[in-house]
Amino acid sequence: MTAVVVDNVTKVFNRGRSDEVPALTDVNLTVGDGEFVSLIGPSGCGKSTLLRLIADLIEPTSGTVTVAGRPASQARREQEYGIAFQQAGLFEWRTVRRNVELPLELRGVSKAERRAKAEEMLELVGLADFAGHYPGQLSGGMQQRVAIARALAVQPPLLLMDEPFGALDEMTRERLQSELLGICAKTGTSTVFVTHSIAEAVFLSGRVVVMSARPGRITASIEVELPSRDEAGRQAPAYFEKITEVRQALRS
Amino acid sequence: MIAGLAVAALLWEGYKAAGDPEGTVLFGVRVLPRADDLSMPHLWTIGRRLADPEMTGGRPVWLVVLQACLFTLGITAAGFAAGTVIGLVLAAAMQRFRIVERGLLPYVVLSQTVPLVALAPLIAGWGGTLMPPWATVSVIAAYLAFFPVAVGMLRGLQSPSAGGVELMRSYAAGWWRTLVKLRFPAALPYLFPALRLAGAAAVVGAVVGEISTGTRGGIGRLIIEYSREATSDPAKVYTAMLGAALLGLLVAGAVSLLELPLMRHRRHVEVATL
Ligand SMILES: Nc1ncnc2c1ncn2[C@@H]1O[C@H](COP(=O)(O)OP(=O)(O)OP(=O)(O)O)[C@@H](O)[C@H]1O
Ligand SMILES: [Mg+2]
Repeated sequence: MTAVVVDNVTKVFNRGRSDEVPALTDVNLTVGDGEFVSLIGPSGCGKSTLLRLIADLIEPTSGTVTVAGRPASQARREQEYGIAFQQAGLFEWRTVRRNVELPLELRGVSKAERRAKAEEMLELVGLADFAGHYPGQLSGGMQQRVAIARALAVQPPLLLMDEPFGALDEMTRERLQSELLGICAKTGTSTVFVTHSIAEAVFLSGRVVVMSARPGRITASIEVELPSRDEAGRQAPAYFEKITEVRQALRS
Repeated sequence: MIAGLAVAALLWEGYKAAGDPEGTVLFGVRVLPRADDLSMPHLWTIGRRLADPEMTGGRPVWLVVLQACLFTLGITAAGFAAGTVIGLVLAAAMQRFRIVERGLLPYVVLSQTVPLVALAPLIAGWGGTLMPPWATVSVIAAYLAFFPVAVGMLRGLQSPSAGGVELMRSYAAGWWRTLVKLRFPAALPYLFPALRLAGAAAVVGAVVGEISTGTRGGIGRLIIEYSREATSDPAKVYTAMLGAALLGLLVAGAVSLLELPLMRHRRHVEVATL
């Protein structure tokens, strides 16, 4: 079964008004089960829009979106995915721990279980010591990590991430990249990952999808094979070749 | 707060000392009030009056005022609670349905422009048949109190960012759960200033309501009774007014008591509720 099928989707914002924006035209994208796909492209090319379409937060103007074999709206109701978006979007009145617990709470997970899961996820993103803090007391990068922990907490079969590591320093970023790959590999999670970093896209993905703006569309899809996804992988010639290939695809 | 009271007392006595006893008149209009003992008795005169009996051989004034305060406090509390509940429900309904917001909000605003004196006799008529007479005064208090809550809460419920709302949508949370988990907590910084206004409005509503419905036993009635004696016993009416001020402080204190534990970790947004 395929995790995501985007079939001939077009999205026009404010249709029929003077400020009409054709955000996406004729987009086709398939994400296989357990596959890691990155979306890369210039600002405003519709990456976030595509992700939001998959999440059924907005509806396509035409075309269909299928998630886990079901229409996107049904998949959303059945909680088939977890999201971590560009803005952390934490609830300022909840502690870090209770922010991470939120999706579990809405699924009716027991209190003890929620707590254990939240602790585990915070450990993962290196914020175990901040469980009792409020978001206002954290830096932007730390908030972003809480949002990632929150998305991972429910162990969704599909992860939708929009520049989740954008606000992080290089060291934390690389560590979280490895952690994310580990989690995805271990749990067989399929991932759609939006990034502005070519290196990040190549390192993480089985496939890098290149988009271009005005109108937003997919211009290339580049398969990535690396000997390994670790420190050695970042040194491999194949890694640099792919980076060059993606860069050229972005130029053209 | 203590400092505030001290400043108020100083201003009162200061004006008494400095102001013209006949008041300041400019072009035939009195712009500053009289400062003589009849219009502005000394604070200590008022204090002494509190300790003296109401009438010769009667109960001391402070006891009468306190009892009247308690009576009015009950009415205020009932009106405040009812007004708050109505305000919250209206705000939730207006948030939920745009049509309700567009259809209702103008009337909510309009409701406050109806003069209370015109409304009071109508509501007073319900006393004894629909409800006990004291409850009609609570209705008037609620009528004034619901407004700031409805308007403030509506703004609060609409305050979450699109991101937060989308997050709840991605969790497949419906309107109710989004309200409970996101909109309501997000609205708290807007709710408390609104509750303060509503509390003050409820006190005013109760006092004015008592007067205009002719309800006995409360502070409003006492103000009317004592003011009739203003020429012979000017300090007396001020004791009743002190009672009304005390009521206002009590209600404001109750709101703060509720606010303190809930808002400890919250950023305070600057909001003008109106
Ligand atoms: N809600 C909306 N209403 C109107 N236009 C929108 C809306 N959301 C996005 N757009 C438009 O759609 C286009 C694509 O936006 P989108 O956010 O998907 O870009 P993006 O690729 O994620 O950019 P970035 O890399 O800067 O995040 C933009 O031109 C934007 O102005
Ligand atoms: Mg974006």
